[in-house]
Formats: sequence, structure tokens, C-alpha cells
Amino acid sequence: MVTSINQPRSNSNSKIAARRNSQPKPQALAKTPTGIKGLDEITEGGLPRGRSTLITGGAGCGKTLLGMEFLVRGARDYGEPGVFMAFEENAEELTENMRSLGFDLSEMIRRKQLFIDAVHIQRDEIEETGEYDLEGLFVRLNYAIDSIGAKRIVIDTIEVLFSSLSPGILRTELRRLFHWLKSKGVTAVITAERGEGTLTRQGLEEYISDCVILLDHRITDQVLTRRLRVVKYRGSSHGTNEYPFLIDARGLAVLPITSLGLNHKATNDRISTGVASLDSMLGGKGYFRGSSVLVSGTAGAGKSSLAAHFVDAACGRGERALYIALEESQSQIMRNMRSIGINLERWNRSGLLNFHSARPTVYGLEMHLAIIQGLIEKTKTKVVVIDPITNFNAIGTPLEIKAALMRLLDFFKMNSITTLFTSLTEDAAHAEDSEVGVSSLMDTWILLRNLEYNGERNRGLYVLKSRGMAHSNQIREYILTDHGVELVKVYTGSGGVLTGTARVVQEARESAEALRRQAEIAQRQRDLERKRASLEARLQAEREEFAAYEEEVLKEIAELRLTDATLAQGRLEAAQLRDANGGTKIKRQRPLRARGGNGEDRQQR
Amino acid sequence: MKIASNDKGAGAILVLAEARDDPRYELRLYVAGQTPKSLTAFANLKKICEEHLAGRYRIEIIDLLEQPQLAAGDQILAIPTLVRQLPQPLKKIIGDLSNTERVLVGLDLRPAR
Repeated sequence: MVTSINQPRSNSNSKIAARRNSQPKPQALAKTPTGIKGLDEITEGGLPRGRSTLITGGAGCGKTLLGMEFLVRGARDYGEPGVFMAFEENAEELTENMRSLGFDLSEMIRRKQLFIDAVHIQRDEIEETGEYDLEGLFVRLNYAIDSIGAKRIVIDTIEVLFSSLSPGILRTELRRLFHWLKSKGVTAVITAERGEGTLTRQGLEEYISDCVILLDHRITDQVLTRRLRVVKYRGSSHGTNEYPFLIDARGLAVLPITSLGLNHKATNDRISTGVASLDSMLGGKGYFRGSSVLVSGTAGAGKSSLAAHFVDAACGRGERALYIALEESQSQIMRNMRSIGINLERWNRSGLLNFHSARPTVYGLEMHLAIIQGLIEKTKTKVVVIDPITNFNAIGTPLEIKAALMRLLDFFKMNSITTLFTSLTEDAAHAEDSEVGVSSLMDTWILLRNLEYNGERNRGLYVLKSRGMAHSNQIREYILTDHGVELVKVYTGSGGVLTGTARVVQEARESAEALRRQAEIAQRQRDLERKRASLEARLQAEREEFAAYEEEVLKEIAELRLTDATLAQGRLEAAQLRDANGGTKIKRQRPLRARGGNGEDRQQR
Repeated sequence: MKIASNDKGAGAILVLAEARDDPRYELRLYVAGQTPKSLTAFANLKKICEEHLAGRYRIEIIDLLEQPQLAAGDQILAIPTLVRQLPQPLKKIIGDLSNTERVLVGLDLRPAR
């Protein structure tokens, strides 16, 4: 074959450059970030810088979009202008298509951030008459790259040429093209159509082997899921799984949007559950900020009410909240909550509370998650309720749901967003079975259950687990009142756990008994008092009687003494009368005694 | 060597004859530098024109190394490419024009078999 002597600009230089580039480098491979959500995480930094990456996939799987977003984000976020060489669409069509994703290509073209060269080739216009090469293509690419100083290039989809040009020449020229791109130092994305049992229909993977990314879309249960896989990445490690990705109003996003794993910071900050008595069951302070809470229970157990309280409390603190309703409409939720005295309208009106109501089946699981993340990013939400997560069962296997929720939780935790999931338990007997297998992902698990007893059905609540805090082990009766949820201590006694009417009756009985006991105590005390009073009275009477007696006795004594003295006086006078007869001794003594008037004095003398 | 550039580098224009009654042929030959294929193509083209279109053709040669911006206009990928501007419709013939039969078919000077 005749080698063209006119490889653009300096042939020898470019060959040397190409050789240098292809040699293994000891340091880490230089990468060009795509700016596409998730793709840079999977590829650990982006596409190989200065090399070509093959993007292959079936029709309509998003190759063109991926390529264009690579350029748009490169120009906008990394200051790297890009060239888009389109073989299937023209510039107007591309501009139109990208406008729906918020990319204004014509503006970017005007600013020399983007160059679109649409290659149009029609087989019936062309007659082959001998030797040729694709130097025209090289010239165009070179001109495009140089005119805006492009660092990135997308060729979409060069395989189209195989239908118009002879394959022999084309293969030689493609090989030369990819070499040349390398020597130009641009990071290239080459798209290709997937073939039967091969990566590409025309075997392009033979030429481009530094990095190959496969796009795929499948419909399972009438729901479309797009998937992306890095088939190979020479010189770099990369995520090897099939990652779901989606195309939404903001472009392409590969999940995990965040593949951070478990390195989020745990906070000691606590936030109220919205129910004071539940706060006190959770160590007196409520949930940890940034934690995940699962509220599970059978139908009608009051899960949404608990969620509404939580949201209400968050808005009351001035935090933004997002209520994702997968079963009820926004107005239905607000009406229902009004009936238990929770006014969500005011928060909704003031913009603190946002609702997102959607039936799970309207999109695939990944789309839901992306929409949720988008809403959260847009609204700067701190508190999220998803009611109920079990509805996702309709659109994914438990494994898929768990994987998706894990990513979502990582995202929440990284942003210190506290989440409350409600989960519907079909069978009360298996209430503690992990609903969609997510309970292990949850920090706090509150179980609501119906307690059937005494011909009625009452709600019970208990905290099954709550990581990192001392929490109550008690079952509480959960009562919905017109002023919200109340948790009441259940009656536990010899009759077992009593709730509802039985509890009320039991409590009434107990309070009656208590009253009776009170009365009896009072009665006894009164008896005692009466006895004491009567004793006192009796004692008083005795004392008075004694006093009277004493008085009488003393009076008698005094009288007796008086008598005694009178008698002595009489005897003295008689003695004086008898003095002539002698008896001086007696005469001296007696008057002394009488004068003293006191027996003891008398003895002492 | 017959290719001569004008001062502006806008490609050499060779007008070999004025048209009479027959349709006038305006041809454009895209090359990228003076490669053997380009030179062969030009030689072949001139020979064919002289034989079949004497006096009623014009050949414009565009060197894409000098005017790369012109490649997109006529959707040039292969080099050399001969474009028949007139008469309508537009025709493209790629290669070094060594297959005279196919060149004549491409120029509508001989019906395709």
C-alpha cells in the first residue's frame, strides 16, 4: 500500500509522540474527568488523558449523549474545549436534542468552547475510482481541533463509513486515525454500535483498547434500566460492576452518584422525633442527626402519622423537609394529618416542606433515586421521609432495592440528612423480619404493631433498636388523638399487657381501689385521734378529781393541826394554872412547840 | 508539474476551454498536498477531460492543507475527491481516477452498466 506522505503537519514528530505516549509510565495514569455524575468515580478519575476511549452499545442507549456531555462538561467545568464529529446527526439536530437537557450548544460554539463538524456521506453520490485515503477526515479534524484549541474530541459514530467506503482502506485509515489522535494529545471518545456477540459491529475494539465502556439497556417487568460497564481500562483499576445509569433532565448520571462507602462523619447532634414521649424513649433526646430511621408496621398502624410528626418538628425548627409519598397524594396526606392535629399546610406554604408524590411504577428504581437526590440537592433538605419504601418492591428485587437504598443512605449520611423510612409489614406475625432486607442499614428501628385483646385492636409501639443510645425497652400504647400522637404506658400486671378499654378499665379499677384505701386510712386515723382524745379526757377528769381530793385532804390536815394547837394551848393554860404544884420542866417545853407551828422544825430542835 | 497556485493560495484554476452548446462541466479536485495519489489523480483527470470534454470543462484544485476549512463544505473525507459541481446533480468521485470507466460513469459521461 502507498503510505501517504502528507500526514498532517510533521509526520515523524507525531510518530515519535505516539510511541512515547504508548510507553508505560511509572506514575499513575493521567486522567481526564468527564464531569458526568458517577462515571468519574467508577473510572477513578475519568478517561485516559490523551488517549482514545471506545463507547459501545446498542441503538438508543445514550452513546451520543455521553459523548456530548463529556464535551459540554469538559468545556464548562474544566476549561477544555471540545470537537464533536457527528456522522449520524447534523449540528442543528444535536443542538436541538441537547437543549432539552439544558445545554446550549450554539452559545458554546459561539464562544469557541465547542466545534461541531457533521460528516454527511451518501453512498449513491460516491464512485470509487482507485487509490485514496481519508486525509480529508484528518484535515477536518485537525482544522477543528486547532481552531478552538480542543483538548477533547468525540467521534460519533465512525462505523457509518463502513457502509460507504471499502473496508480495506477504512481499516488502515482508522488505525492511522487513532494513532494520529494520540499524537495530537487529545482525549478522544469514539462511539460504536454493538455487534452480535462482539463489542462492536466492525471490530473497532481492535484499534482502541485503552479504555472500553459498554452501555446497555434492558427492560425487565416493563421498566427500562440502563446500565454501564467499564469493560477494560488499561493501566488503571476501575469499578467492574454493571452500574445503572439514567438520562434525566440534567443529563446522564451513573449510579452510584456517590460511592463514598462508610466514611461519613457521625454527629452527636440529636433531633426531636416530634413526639415528646418518643423522644424520652430514645434516651430523652430523639434521633441522631443524619441517622436513618425505619418505622415499620402493619397497615393502619400509624406509620405516616409518626412521619408527619417528624417532618412537623423539623419544619418547626426551621429546617427544610422533603416528604416522598409513594402511596398518597400531597393533599391527601395534609388532610389526613390535619385530622390528628398536625398542620403541614403552613410549612408547605412557607416552602419549608416539599412533597414528592409518585407511584413507584412510573419509572425504574434508579430513576426514582436520581429524582430524589435531585430534589434533595435542589431544596437543601435536612430531613427526608420516604413513605413507604416497601412500595419499591413493585419495581425491583429485594437485592436491587437494598443496593439502591444503600447508595441513597450513603448520600444522606454524607449530607447529614436524617431519613425516616416507613415500611409496611404484610404479616404481623413476621413483624421483626426485615422488610425489604434493609433493617440492617437502619440506625433506629421503631416497630408499630396492632395489639388485639378484649375484642378490640390497639396500637403498640416499641423501639426495636437504636444504635448509639440508651433506649427504652418498653411497649407503649400508641394513641392517635386530635392533637397528635400520644404514647401511653400500657398496663402490665398479672393480667398481662392491657391496652385500650381494658387498660382504661383496669386503671379505673385501680384508682377506685386506691380511693377506698385512702378512705380507710383516713378512717383509721380518725379512730386513733378519737381514742387519744377520749384518753386525754379521761386523764383530765382523773386529774381534776385528784386535785379536788388533794385539796380536801390538805384542808382536813390544816383543820387537824389547828385543833392540835388549840388543844396544846388549852393544856398550857391548865399547866400554868397548876403551877403551884411544881413541874417546871414541862411548863418550859410546850409553849415552844406551839409557837413553831411545824412538826419537823420541832424535831430538828 | 501542472498545478500552480494563485497569489491568495485559493487553489489553481485551469480554464481550458469556453463552453459552447454542450453542458459545461465545473469540476473540483480536492487534494491534500502534492502526494503521488493527488498527482496521479490530476493527470488522469486532465486526460479524461481532454478526451471527452474538450473545450467545455473547468477544473478547480483545492489543496486542503492550505484551505482546511473548505473540507467540510463539500463533505470531503477521502483524498483525492473529485466533485462535479455542474451540471447538476452533484457527484463525487473518490480515488486517483485510475479507473477511467468508473470516472466516466461517475461524471455521467457513460451510462452505468
